[in-house]
Amino acid sequence: MSTVSWITARGLFGRRRFLLLLPLPALLVLLAVLSRSLGVDPGEWGPAVLVGLGLAVVLPVIALIVGTGVLGAEIDDGTVVHILTKPLPRWQIILPKLAVAAGVTAVTVSVPLYVAGVLADSVRLGLALAAAASIGALAYCALFVALSLVTRRPVLLGLVYVLIWEGLLGNFVSGTKVLSIQQYVITLADRFAPTELLAADVSVPVATVMTALIAVGFTVLAIDRLRSFSVAGETS
Amino acid sequence: MTAISADPMPATTRTTSTLNLAGVSRWYGNVVAVNDVSMELGPGVTGLLGPNGAGKTTLLHMMAGFLAPSRGTVTLDGAPTWRNPEVYRRLGLVSEREAVHTFLSAYEFVLASAKMHRLPDPVEATRRAIALVELESAQSRRIGTYSKGMRQRARVAAALVHDPQVLLLDEPFNGMDPRQRLHMMQLLHRLGAAGRTILFSSHILEEVEQVSGTVQVMVAGRLAASGDFRTIRRLMTNRPHVFAIRSTDDRALAVALMAEPSVSGVELDRTGLTVRAGDYGAFTRVLPKVALAGGIRVRQLVPEDESLESVFSYLVEA
Repeated sequence: MSTVSWITARGLFGRRRFLLLLPLPALLVLLAVLSRSLGVDPGEWGPAVLVGLGLAVVLPVIALIVGTGVLGAEIDDGTVVHILTKPLPRWQIILPKLAVAAGVTAVTVSVPLYVAGVLADSVRLGLALAAAASIGALAYCALFVALSLVTRRPVLLGLVYVLIWEGLLGNFVSGTKVLSIQQYVITLADRFAPTELLAADVSVPVATVMTALIAVGFTVLAIDRLRSFSVAGETS
Repeated sequence: MTAISADPMPATTRTTSTLNLAGVSRWYGNVVAVNDVSMELGPGVTGLLGPNGAGKTTLLHMMAGFLAPSRGTVTLDGAPTWRNPEVYRRLGLVSEREAVHTFLSAYEFVLASAKMHRLPDPVEATRRAIALVELESAQSRRIGTYSKGMRQRARVAAALVHDPQVLLLDEPFNGMDPRQRLHMMQLLHRLGAAGRTILFSSHILEEVEQVSGTVQVMVAGRLAASGDFRTIRRLMTNRPHVFAIRSTDDRALAVALMAEPSVSGVELDRTGLTVRAGDYGAFTRVLPKVALAGGIRVRQLVPEDESLESVFSYLVEA
């Protein structure tokens, strides 16, 4: 584990905002267990819990908290200067941070999604949801890490993307789905374990290519922006 | 209290570095924060002095590669500091903002710096850096439990762990108690004497005066003066220099000095003479002659306004 990853992980788990990661996955599992134990037909609760809550809310919100936490929080409190005053190529800072963010997000989201998928349908669906969410975690985190470097308000902008673009416009303007990580994750999960519970709106090639493009493109953007990182001009 | 015993530098890295600023300006929209500053910083301790808002921090950020100059160049041994992480092999920065990983202990914090510098023996480098700032007894505690001065020392240790040739410190004495302040001043002196290029900013004149004879004075984004602060004072001949003199016959000496063109005023009181001289050099040459001619013995001659405070206020008023 590189020193940058170690500091990033310590910083992530050492801050109180890490506690924000717990309620949503717990709610996901709780709803799935309740629905199953009450004998509700998975066709009724499956799409709402797995997609409506799991992929549309839990995954992007956890990725937002973690993705902006690994770099944005350090920029906010100024501790990023300690890492930047080292003779490290900037990719050696971004990649470990992205790896920690994507890893933590993937674990936090995949486990409850796996449980919910198993309860709704099968182990195969559980694994498919976990795998697709892990891929989605990488794309979301690349986006949110890059946002930390292009704006002073990455959380706000990230929420706008998740809630307005993916959540609201996705329901009314079908074209926006082509630029929606949530849709790629649904498509990939459906490809791994075809089921009635998941309704894919974009094709597998589009989902695959766009996920890769977003992950790579925003990572490259983050590396480039970090090379030109400026400390806010406090003229004292 | 542990004495400063550690040698700040391993023998293998005893080289010097020069930080060069050529016509550097930085503006934010219509606001000019730094205006056409040129300077060359070599080995030794230099104080960057100026009131709040003078542009000191902006200048330090450009030196440290954290801000692009709008115009001009900032180079360390010929290499630009902007977009060039390699300069951090030779450069250390202690920024003004009290930003530190509070969830780490000082040992972990400094060791992490040593590892990110890829030092051959990070543990030994960490031990040495922590000893330099006298933080051994608290090194295992979380930095979150430290006082402001201790945090500052932890940050200095992290900035020194790779034994940089150039160390930039933004307001390094903020929050330190007098003993810590003295210790830090001694440390900067030692590093400067050992051939390191040390630049620290301050708006407190006594700090700069005690640590550094060489100052770069910034006023409203411009470099108002540069060099030894006593020399700067002497060059400002349009301002009177004030001397306190005690002699065997103050009254007679006062009368004799009044006739000298270099003297612009004399005050006589019970403690002695206070003389205002327009020309520093001419006055110090003429005083012995006048005293000798009058058979007066000068017992004490003290330049009263050579503190950095007076130099600074003259420059700001100018």
